[in-house]
Amino acid sequence: MTVRVFLVDDHALFRAGVRAELDSITDEIEVVGEAGSVGEAVAGIARHRPDVVLLDVHMPDGGGAEVLRQVRTALPEVVFLALSVSDAAEDVIAVIRAGARGYVTKTISSQELVRAVVRVAEGDAVFSPRLAGFVLDAFADRPGAAPISDPELDLLTPRERDVLRLLARGYAYKEIASELFISVKTVETHVSSVLRKTQLSNRYELSRWASDRRLV
Amino acid sequence: METVSDRTVEPVRRRRGGRVVAGVAGGVAEHLGVEVFWVRAVFAALTALNGVGVIAYGLLWLFVPQRPVGSPEPDEQPRERQQALGLVALGIAAAALSGLLTGPLSGWIAGPLAVALVGAAVVWREADEAQRRRWRDGARSGFLGAGRTGLIRVVAGVALVAVGIGVLLINSYGLDQIRFALLAVVATLGGVAVLTVPLWIKLINDLGEERRVRIRTEERAEIAAHLHDSVLQTLALIQKQAEQPREVRRLARGQERQLRDWLYGREVGEAGKPTTLSAAVARAAGEVEDTFALTVSQVVVGDCDLDHNLLAMVQAAREAMVNAAKHAGVAEISVYGEVEPEQVAVFVRDRGKGFDPDLVSADRHGLADSIRGRMDRHGGEVRLRTAPGEGTEVQLRMPRKTEAGT
Repeated sequence: MTVRVFLVDDHALFRAGVRAELDSITDEIEVVGEAGSVGEAVAGIARHRPDVVLLDVHMPDGGGAEVLRQVRTALPEVVFLALSVSDAAEDVIAVIRAGARGYVTKTISSQELVRAVVRVAEGDAVFSPRLAGFVLDAFADRPGAAPISDPELDLLTPRERDVLRLLARGYAYKEIASELFISVKTVETHVSSVLRKTQLSNRYELSRWASDRRLV
Repeated sequence: METVSDRTVEPVRRRRGGRVVAGVAGGVAEHLGVEVFWVRAVFAALTALNGVGVIAYGLLWLFVPQRPVGSPEPDEQPRERQQALGLVALGIAAAALSGLLTGPLSGWIAGPLAVALVGAAVVWREADEAQRRRWRDGARSGFLGAGRTGLIRVVAGVALVAVGIGVLLINSYGLDQIRFALLAVVATLGGVAVLTVPLWIKLINDLGEERRVRIRTEERAEIAAHLHDSVLQTLALIQKQAEQPREVRRLARGQERQLRDWLYGREVGEAGKPTTLSAAVARAAGEVEDTFALTVSQVVVGDCDLDHNLLAMVQAAREAMVNAAKHAGVAEISVYGEVEPEQVAVFVRDRGKGFDPDLVSADRHGLADSIRGRMDRHGGEVRLRTAPGEGTEVQLRMPRKTEAGT
């Protein structure tokens, strides 16, 4: 089965690079289209119905989050993987909360990108070490954090925390599984659960959180 | 963040289309989302209360800016306009009536005051016109704008204000001389003040605009200087060294790091010493990247100020990164730091060759002295996970000094 991928990035050079990389190293992935703006992306995704959209976080007219807002309700089966050079936690968290199932940096190696695409296409979440760090930061208990209204959503379980820590340390799922004596499937379940909480919890007062995140 | 509603609340702006006097009522109506008729009716009704409506309208006219040219404007509807004119007449009648009812004091003042107000309104309206012309033409035409009609309107307005003041003064001729003189001075000053209000507003707006432009220019100059100093230089270097991939990677990575620090404001100054743990880890990782031409991806969760012990820990972590860079044969090293209430942990990991810790030759002091010795001396601990072919992870832990414990 090939995964049909749609590229969204406002830099044509970057799109060409990713397309060449994906085409050359694997048959698992087929790039079916690309777009350079929010409008083009919305139209192109509706036309091509790709399995996975590789989505740039930073674009004019609202960026990746805007594409997600416009497409997501109409086409819930399309999966989004955010791709960014941004180091700003609020950007990354915002696109995850808008519905992306993962986040990787643009410096990721081609093989890893392929693996990430295949994994989100199969319904898993993809957390780069940096995203794991941001999420840990966001759920950390600290003075001034928003109150917990729904413990189901607003708190990470100790196991989820362990998994995130290992992800942030650069461990692969298989390594996490053997480190914690659980199965890879269980690791995936934990990561998906963390993704869900990140998207649904109201614990984020994002602006406040962004300025507070350096305080423990 | 994603719950921001689609309807953005616009600030009140006086509208330019479909206005009767100055577009205040229309602007308020659009801001509140009600029909303009009701806003006008409220103004008219308030006018009956000793002219409160007129004062409110005048203040809004003063302080609410016009909508700039180019924004969408509602079409003028004849019916709406007729209603509006009717309401204006109604308001004036109500004011006159209430003036008569409340007695002779306001009776002799109300008439001339009304004339003066109409004059002021004519002048202010003309100033609005002039501002619109400036927007439209982009020209820096003067306060009085272009054309004879504009001039005539201003002169007429000034004349009306003067007549109003004059009549007021004649009416009060019965007062004694000192009080009459006082009244004359106050009335004249008031008239001049009212007439020159548009001029002051324009002056203030121009000053604000000039400041904005200056700030923008300064910002742009700073960005240009920075891009030139670092990015262009690096790109030039990369072109020169294109045959040496290692060197190119080192340059690109170093530049990326610098640009990130600058864009996202991580406080790792080249000159100053880092004062927080995350800054210190970032600095150490950057140094290792520069020296060994590889990538050190680092994630730090939480942060705290750097003290003596933590500084030693960062140095130990740096040594671990150097070891990985030298011996593991990898292109990437992962560094993870976490600040917890009781302790700080740093993990340095590579997926390289790994080694058997028992077989490390005695001449490799790095691990023993620089890492283990340092951590021991400062009360921390070191754990090592490695095996040949399995990569290496150095785990460093340092208890935090608590306020009570010091």
